[in-house]
Amino acid sequence: MGEVIVITSGKGGVGKTTTTANVGTGLAKLDKKVVLIDTDIGLRNLDVVMGLENRIVYNLVDVIEGNCRIKQALIKDKRYPNLYLLPSAQTRDKTAVTPEQMRKLAEELRDEFDYILMDCPAGIEQGFKNAIAGADRALVVTTPEVSAVRDADRIIGLLEANEIKRTHLIVNRLRTDMVKRGDMMSSGDVVEILAVDLIGVIPDDENIVISTNQGEPLVGNDTLAGQAYMNVSRRILGEDVPYLDLNGRQGLFSKLASLLKKN
Amino acid sequence: MMSLADFFKKKTSSNVAKDRLKLVLVSDRAGCSPEILEQIKNDIITAISRYIEIDMDGLDIKITQTESEGNNGSVPALFANIPIKDLKTNKK
Repeated sequence: MGEVIVITSGKGGVGKTTTTANVGTGLAKLDKKVVLIDTDIGLRNLDVVMGLENRIVYNLVDVIEGNCRIKQALIKDKRYPNLYLLPSAQTRDKTAVTPEQMRKLAEELRDEFDYILMDCPAGIEQGFKNAIAGADRALVVTTPEVSAVRDADRIIGLLEANEIKRTHLIVNRLRTDMVKRGDMMSSGDVVEILAVDLIGVIPDDENIVISTNQGEPLVGNDTLAGQAYMNVSRRILGEDVPYLDLNGRQGLFSKLASLLKKN
Repeated sequence: MMSLADFFKKKTSSNVAKDRLKLVLVSDRAGCSPEILEQIKNDIITAISRYIEIDMDGLDIKITQTESEGNNGSVPALFANIPIKDLKTNKK
C-alpha cells in the first residue's frame, strides 16, 4: 500500500513545486515507484519543472470527470523507470475537483505506487483542501522569512485540524552567510517557532534555477541543493541521514561566540 | 536581569524576526489579539464577580481551537476555567 504525501506551504513561491519534483525524483532514484500529482488546477507548473510539458495528453480533471482512464493520463518519465506525473488542467479552475474525488483518486493509486506526492497550490482555499484530502502525511515547505513562517504555522494548524498526523518541515532557501551574520533565521530558529519536526534544510543554490531552466530535477547530483534534496528523500524512507554542513568552515570568532553561548 | 552574554549579544535582524513572529503567532493561533483577550478576561471577571466570589489565582481563560460542527476544519473556542470560592447568594 502506497503512502500519500502532500507538499504544502500556505505562502506562494517558497518552493513547493521544486520540492515535489526533487523529492519525488529522489524517491524514484531510490527504486520506489512514484507518481507526482499537480493539484494546482489553472496554474499548472510541475510539468515544466519536470521537463514533461510536451507530453501531456490528458490531465487531472480529465481523470476525475471520467474522460480517460488514470493510466492514460499518467506521463511516464523516461529518465527514471519508476516515475510518473499526473499533470493539472490549465484551462479549468479548482472548483472542477472536490476533496472527495481527490481522496478516491489517491486510494486508487495506492495499489500501484509506493509514493503518491501531491503538489499543493498556495493558499488555504479549495485547492488546498483538495490536495490534502487523501494525504497520510505532509511536508510543509517554508523559507526563513517572517511571512513564509507565519503562513506555515497556519498551514500546520489546518493540517492538524484535518487529522493529518505526520507533518514535517522543510526549510528552503537557507543562506548560511546571512544566518552567520545574524540577518536570517536559522533552520533551528524556524523549528523552534513552529514546533514541528524537521526533515530537510535546502540551501539557497543557484543550481536550482539552472535545473528548472532545463526541466531536469537536480536531486542526487553533486550540488549542495541536490544532496540536500536526496537526504530528504532518504529520510522519507525512514533512514537516519545526518544533516549536511551547509556552513563550510567556521571562523574563529563564531567558534568563540558559540562557545560563550553554551555557558 | 541581563546576563553578560545578553550585553554582548547584538539585536540582530534575525532576532527581531523571531521576536516579531512569536508575538504575531500568539494572536494568529488564538484568533484574536492579546489586548482583546485581556479585555474579554476582565469583562468576564467583572460580570461573574457580581454573583460569585472567584479564585483569581486559579483563573484560566484562553482561546483554543476546536473542531467545528459544520466540518469546516477547526474554529477558535473560548476556554474558561474559573474556580469558585464562594457563592455570594449564600451570604446574608
